[in-house]
Amino acid sequence: MQELIVILVDGLVFSSYLFMVAVGLTVIFGVMKILNVTHGSFYAFGAYMSATLIGIYYETDLPEFGGFVAIFLAAIIIGVVFGIVLERGLLRFLYHRDEHIIVLATFAMFLVLEDVLLMIWGTDPYFAYQPMALLESVDIAEMTFATYNLTLIALAVVVGLGLWLGLTQTKWGKLLLAVIFDREISQAMGINVTVVFLVTFVIGAIMGALGGAYIAPTISVSPGIGVEVIVLAFAVVVIGGMGSIPGAMIGALLVGISRAAAVHKFPEVELFVIYAIMAAVLALRPEGLFAPAQARKI
Amino acid sequence: MKNVNMPGKATLVAAGLAAAVGLTASVAVAAETVVMAVPNFLTGAGAPAFGVPARNGAEVIIEAINKGSLPAPYDKSGKGLAGRQIEALYYDESGGGTKQVAEFRNKVQKQGVDLFVGFISSGTCAAITPVAEELKMLTIFPICGTPRIFEEINKTPKYVFRTMGHATADGVAEARYVMANMPDVKGYTGINQNYAWGQDSWRDFDLAMKQLMPDVPASDKAQWPKIFSGQYGTEISALMLSKEPLVHSSLWGGDLEAFIFQGSARGLFRKKKLLFSVADTSVYRLGKKAPAGAILGARGPYGIFAANVDTPLNNWFRKVYSDRYSTPPVGGSYQAAQGVLAAKHAYDKAAAANGGKFPSTDQVIAALEGSTFQGIAAKVHMNRSNGHQAATKHMIGVLEWDKEAGEPIMTKVTEFGPDCVMPPPGVNGTEWLKGGMKGAKC
Repeated sequence: MQELIVILVDGLVFSSYLFMVAVGLTVIFGVMKILNVTHGSFYAFGAYMSATLIGIYYETDLPEFGGFVAIFLAAIIIGVVFGIVLERGLLRFLYHRDEHIIVLATFAMFLVLEDVLLMIWGTDPYFAYQPMALLESVDIAEMTFATYNLTLIALAVVVGLGLWLGLTQTKWGKLLLAVIFDREISQAMGINVTVVFLVTFVIGAIMGALGGAYIAPTISVSPGIGVEVIVLAFAVVVIGGMGSIPGAMIGALLVGISRAAAVHKFPEVELFVIYAIMAAVLALRPEGLFAPAQARKI
Repeated sequence: MKNVNMPGKATLVAAGLAAAVGLTASVAVAAETVVMAVPNFLTGAGAPAFGVPARNGAEVIIEAINKGSLPAPYDKSGKGLAGRQIEALYYDESGGGTKQVAEFRNKVQKQGVDLFVGFISSGTCAAITPVAEELKMLTIFPICGTPRIFEEINKTPKYVFRTMGHATADGVAEARYVMANMPDVKGYTGINQNYAWGQDSWRDFDLAMKQLMPDVPASDKAQWPKIFSGQYGTEISALMLSKEPLVHSSLWGGDLEAFIFQGSARGLFRKKKLLFSVADTSVYRLGKKAPAGAILGARGPYGIFAANVDTPLNNWFRKVYSDRYSTPPVGGSYQAAQGVLAAKHAYDKAAAANGGKFPSTDQVIAALEGSTFQGIAAKVHMNRSNGHQAATKHMIGVLEWDKEAGEPIMTKVTEFGPDCVMPPPGVNGTEWLKGGMKGAKC
């Protein structure tokens, strides 16, 4: 019984991590139909900025819990700056191009940003453990868990719910859904698609940066962290259905809990599990679990 | 057209002469140097732990060789390699084996490289070995650990050398340390990255433990996280639930540091005894956050294990490195520096045997094969794999935090001789382990 509870908690924590790194990717794809490889850069820059701001903050005598503000501030700074610069400076020139060209362009930008990251922060790793140390640990089923990791579950729920409510219950969300449904008709009806695209890309960038910023206190922030994340995020998004927020959540849960069970019961197949699920979903439902059926334009 | 300022015949002749003189001069200058390519990870996840420290370690030694300012025992060896200045070509090892093979060919065929001293990843070394032999290019691997280089890929190397012990030595030294210091241990498990290095490390430790402590069971649920995964929450839970008190790990770099942060927050290091085979790469960076009480290795007498080696060469190296890079040298720094010293030793020895004239590549190879030279902190014996594979002493100890000095230190250090931890010449490491490590001299 203890092992079952631990698997569940571990699975939820890892699922939350997966959701946080995948949700921005799926939001951008859902609206803009762009498979954005620079999402890994948003994550990496978010983590570096978070580590930097946390480091600066804890050099001061300000209240310790204020360090959490630095995390969210880092995500907003990176998301807004990179979102605007990339969308206005690169992507808007490519919207009329084939999707494959856009993927290649974002991949090229990802490689460029990897070097930019090295130019700014160098190769030395950054540590920002203070927020995690501050929250200490809790015992669940006689197993000690870092409280900070459990807060990731809450953050994923808040982000998921917030995005879902924003999309379905607000005027802005309905505009987005209209663009998702048909870009050309929306434009003909007077929706400013240019602004919708920009805002969506910035929101997606903030989500990606938030994933990195929030994870930063639990890792060694070092070169290359964006590479692994983008692979995982793609797997989750493909399983859930590209562009679907509930899909990303279910995909993350499916992968997270299956992986946790594998680590505890059959650790040698840990790697296999994630991609086996992806392969199975693609074989049975190539559009992913939650992607809406697409009407084909003639 | 007449207004165009066309060069006259005299001008052309002068220009041609000037170009010829310039070319001759340039060839003459080029001939006075030895072009040494120094590939290490300068970007990506391998850079902070190994690549950049290795590059920096090599740079310190190369500059000193060129100035002729190396301390004893190299203080009377003159400037450069056999009198010629080293022209170092530092470049990035990132990008995988295929890219590195192409880069290697490019450096040899288009950039006139004379020798390579570098490569960190076992995968890169495996890819480069046959190409180096094909191109007849002197190549010294100072760091990569897989025993397969000379046990499977090329059993009769001519141009390729490795100047430190391979991974089998790590596993054997760790197991011997456990046997001596934890005789009552009830079992062991592991967490190692799921690629060549992690798998080889666990295999050799496990095989050595099965020989030395056959009654101590290994877990059948050792953990295999993906390299660079960074998230170890589930693995830490599994380790904490396991009944085995000893955990073997060859994690390194960012993965190791993330594992330590996440494990510390959950009390893993209070509940289990951790044995880290290459954690020396992180101890200075982690400072107080490094898990005191953990058993540590550095793949030999390097990094923190060399902190108290009181020789002119080691003292000089630590001071120059620390002053320049604001951090003490770690294992990779020592190992890369050792590779460059191997070149220094071989060129100078070959020149001496050649009547003081600059030696050919074959003469340099002959000088290095089977020789013994002084590394930064220990003697290096090139006495395995037909004189192409090094054996050195090995050290394992327990990490503690020195409050007074304000730095990490190694305690309860055990030193193992090269013939205690490396398979004898001509013997395959895995077969040696399975056969009970016959011929080991401890």
